[in-house]
Amino acid sequence: MLAALIIVFREMIEAGLIVGIVLTATRGVPGRGCAISFGIAAGVAGACLVALFAGQISTLFAGAGQELFNAAILGIAVLMLTWHNVWMASHGRALAQDLKKAGAEVVAGHRTLAGLAIVVSIAVLREGSEVVLFLYGIALSGGNSLPAMAAGGLLGIAGGAAVSALMYFGLLRIPARQLFSVTSGLISLMAAGLAAQSIAFLQQSGHFEIGTHLVWNSSAYLPENSLLGRLLHTLLGYTDAPTQAQCAIYVLTLAVIGILMLAVQPPPLAARRQVKT
Amino acid sequence: MNRNIKKSRLSRAVNCVLGLMICALAALGGFAAQADNVQPYQLTIKDHKFSPAEIHVPANQPAQIGVDNQDATAEEFDSSALGVEKVIAGNGRGVVRLHPLAPGRYPFEGEYHDDTAQGVVIAE
Repeated sequence: MLAALIIVFREMIEAGLIVGIVLTATRGVPGRGCAISFGIAAGVAGACLVALFAGQISTLFAGAGQELFNAAILGIAVLMLTWHNVWMASHGRALAQDLKKAGAEVVAGHRTLAGLAIVVSIAVLREGSEVVLFLYGIALSGGNSLPAMAAGGLLGIAGGAAVSALMYFGLLRIPARQLFSVTSGLISLMAAGLAAQSIAFLQQSGHFEIGTHLVWNSSAYLPENSLLGRLLHTLLGYTDAPTQAQCAIYVLTLAVIGILMLAVQPPPLAARRQVKT
Repeated sequence: MNRNIKKSRLSRAVNCVLGLMICALAALGGFAAQADNVQPYQLTIKDHKFSPAEIHVPANQPAQIGVDNQDATAEEFDSSALGVEKVIAGNGRGVVRLHPLAPGRYPFEGEYHDDTAQGVVIAE
């Protein structure tokens, strides 16, 4: 039972953290509960489909179907997170400065809600499909240990939801003024980590053969599969044995998001007043 | 006025980002052709164990491992050292590509049964 719990929980951490961060980033946005629930439900349905057709997906594109599929959905998640951050940098903060328009920030957040719901469904789909395959395997093998293993699996899933809640309520303790910067930072790091994962899948399938040498290998000290490793993997994009291309894409993604956010940021209030007169 | 300032800042940033992307692509190269003419090493999963549990490959050369899962349940071939995460369906097959490896030991595991499914690639 404990083994099943740990395996499932390990898979759920990433999705759990992402849901928690998205919940924080969309705080106060009308309809977010509905959008995020829909994202989770779509992710679960997608996970079952992916698990069901794991064999078929794998044989697509000369055996590289699974890698290309993962790389593509991770790429979409990176784009959605970038879009959200850039949109919020250009509108959210500017509107929040204008205190008369209370709730304006909320309207700005509404625009990217669909994008964030997609991010949630991708996170749930990716980790969820592995959980489904694992639990299905348990069900197939049957035997006396079946109820205990299934209970462990369900507890693992509940653990993932608990991670979401912890992340959400933890982040909400941050004062509202700084919360915007914190969520922007977290989302940028998360996007960079997902971009690096996406490149790793392209390298695995042989579609990106440059920069395949390892930059470091810290698997002996902090394995990526450990709980702490998984946590850092999602929050910072930690990888215990990254390739050169993964590191390059990580830095590049952070740079692109940072440049775009700075560029669209409205000039400070003082400068705007000068322009008006 | 305000609008124009914002526009020009945005277009400069977009240029900057495009430039960065082109540089990155140039530096990393494009999509390279796959070297598929390598003879794969055979690895079988049965009763949630790998056989052989040790695979010896020549160092600094690309290699492939053909994984044959003879269990009814799926397994994930997982190795951060090799940079591989691949689900092999129950009674399914899959190919794991290895990049040229520096001499050394590269452990891998079956993530769904990591108590029994353990193996290592040795590059020498």
